[in-house]
Amino acid sequence: MQDIRPDTSHVVIDAHGLQCLIDALSQDGRRVVGPTVRDEAIVYDDIAGLGSLPRGWTDRQEAGRYALERREDEACFGYVVGPHSWKKFLFPPVETLWKARREDDGTMAVSRPERPADRFAFIGVRACEIEAIAIQDRVFEQGPYTDTAYAARRSDAFIVAVNCGQAGGTCFCVSMETGPRATHGFDLALTEMIEGAEHRFLVEIGSEEGRSVMAQVPHVRADEARIGAASAIVERTAAQMGRHLDTDGLKELLQGNLEHPRWDDVADRCLTCANCTMVCPTCFCSTVEDHSDLANREAERVRKWDSCFTMDFSYIHGGSVRASTASRYRQWMTHKLANWIDQFGTSGCVGCGRCITWCPVGIDLTQEAAAIRATPGEGRS
Amino acid sequence: MPSDVFAADPFLPDLYRVGKVRRELADAVTLELEPQSGPRPDFRPGQFNMLYAFGVGEVAISMSASARLGTGFVHTVRNAGAVSGALARLEPGATLGVRGPFGTGWPVVKAEGRDVLIVAGGLGLAPLRPAIQDVLAHRERYGRVTILVGCRSPHDILYQHDLEEWRQRLDVTVEVTVDHAGTDWHGDVGFVTTLIPRSPFDPDKTVAMVCGPEVMMRFAASALLKAGVPASEIHLSMERNMKCAIGLCGHCQFGPTFVCKDGPVFPLDRISGLLAVQEI
Repeated sequence: MQDIRPDTSHVVIDAHGLQCLIDALSQDGRRVVGPTVRDEAIVYDDIAGLGSLPRGWTDRQEAGRYALERREDEACFGYVVGPHSWKKFLFPPVETLWKARREDDGTMAVSRPERPADRFAFIGVRACEIEAIAIQDRVFEQGPYTDTAYAARRSDAFIVAVNCGQAGGTCFCVSMETGPRATHGFDLALTEMIEGAEHRFLVEIGSEEGRSVMAQVPHVRADEARIGAASAIVERTAAQMGRHLDTDGLKELLQGNLEHPRWDDVADRCLTCANCTMVCPTCFCSTVEDHSDLANREAERVRKWDSCFTMDFSYIHGGSVRASTASRYRQWMTHKLANWIDQFGTSGCVGCGRCITWCPVGIDLTQEAAAIRATPGEGRS
Repeated sequence: MPSDVFAADPFLPDLYRVGKVRRELADAVTLELEPQSGPRPDFRPGQFNMLYAFGVGEVAISMSASARLGTGFVHTVRNAGAVSGALARLEPGATLGVRGPFGTGWPVVKAEGRDVLIVAGGLGLAPLRPAIQDVLAHRERYGRVTILVGCRSPHDILYQHDLEEWRQRLDVTVEVTVDHAGTDWHGDVGFVTTLIPRSPFDPDKTVAMVCGPEVMMRFAASALLKAGVPASEIHLSMERNMKCAIGLCGHCQFGPTFVCKDGPVFPLDRISGLLAVQEI
């Protein structure tokens, strides 16, 4: 892990400074989104300031379990990750791709929607989430075709990262080498530090835009002791991981075990509810729906998140290619942990643990991978 | 971000007008499409377009005539669902949306100097027809050319006029077999794979192009391997559910590949492991 070096790229702010930062971003015309408590979970939504943040709350997570609890302090970022990810802003769950109009003579015209107006500022992006955004960048921007609406939203987004001060029960970012420290891909990165009555944030400046925003926020220079203490917080978090995934040769292991009996075993538990794909910050599959008005003159094409766990996903005339639950779970897990590497040069998993926490029956992909590793090469019985 | 960020939005279709419509089978028509503005992009045999029927949706359909034979696109569409049904009902003059061309093509150029073996099942002849047309346009560049076609019944034989024309050439072997037929059928009965062992090709210098239902392609691949054609010289056109055709929707994954951008035409040696797995 890198050391945080004492230089002009580190400053210290207090809670008032954090409010000033949010105000500065908002006054810059940005839509500021961040964590907030709703429906007994910490979700990402529009925030106005400190009052919107989950101050004094933490989350307890295990396979199939998520609960909020009060903290003993007033930490703003004293939780891990919730059911939302930043994907819902950069890659909206429902998005109109274009509209079409048909005239009396049968001719047709196609028009695209206005460019999305939102210039986002994301507050509280975890290291694993920065990596998830980078993975979706590869999918949507770096293939033969670019999703231009995604690219526009992405290039405008201002990212305020938060280094994790604690790990959750389903976290395994250390295994995936994606956290818990944000090392790149942010404009500003905060480490929250609470000692007694003192509530401070060490701010690492990661971009020129970050630097110019910080010029509007009251701050003091960070000394070496402060930077060292922040480093220690993140190192302590790294030692607390609730889960571990052995990634050594994982791609070959899964691609070589497509007929392993474990797929039938997990199929006995999996409900094919698609929760894992909805909460995953990298899952990018989508479908399209076409609508028209009653006169059949105006039509639109709408893209929506989809999941490889549905029957429709693989439907071709005559039936679904992946009719069994075993084949659908296999598709998801082999794609996420193995095929993704062939497709995009990186694993599709960042170790955030959401798929484990939000699985209603507590299926844990780290355990499923370990089970296959324990008995590789077994054929289906 | 430059203001022309939307300049090349790959989700936006171009508009085409339906020209001639030709009924091929009880449930299939061939549409000739002309661009409403600008030239039609070039394409290779085996590539496909996404065709949009107003208000109904898009579907992936291969080009079924060579780019050299016209200024538009030719697509043979079977009424198999909501979108393809709407497309199959289009009349001359109607407007539709087209995105493409997408995907890999048949190895028509790579096959020069070699025997060419075409194996088609049912509507699988449609994506192969541009390859056949291009090979026959430069017939002297190829060795023996064999076209094997299998259909369910004599009523399901696509492009009978083309098959007749090709059959009359002395430099092409054309064989058609049907799964079942009445007493008025005097040709072969049986699966198309049964034609492979008796066809005239030198397995060491043959390029095979196979298109049809997946199960038919699996059996054809086995028969070709058994006949001695190397896996790298056997090419299949795969089909999967497809929403975007540009590698963004995830639907057409076939193991580590995306059928839309890594296929639809694959050499067998790249996918033989996947073909053997059920529900992949």
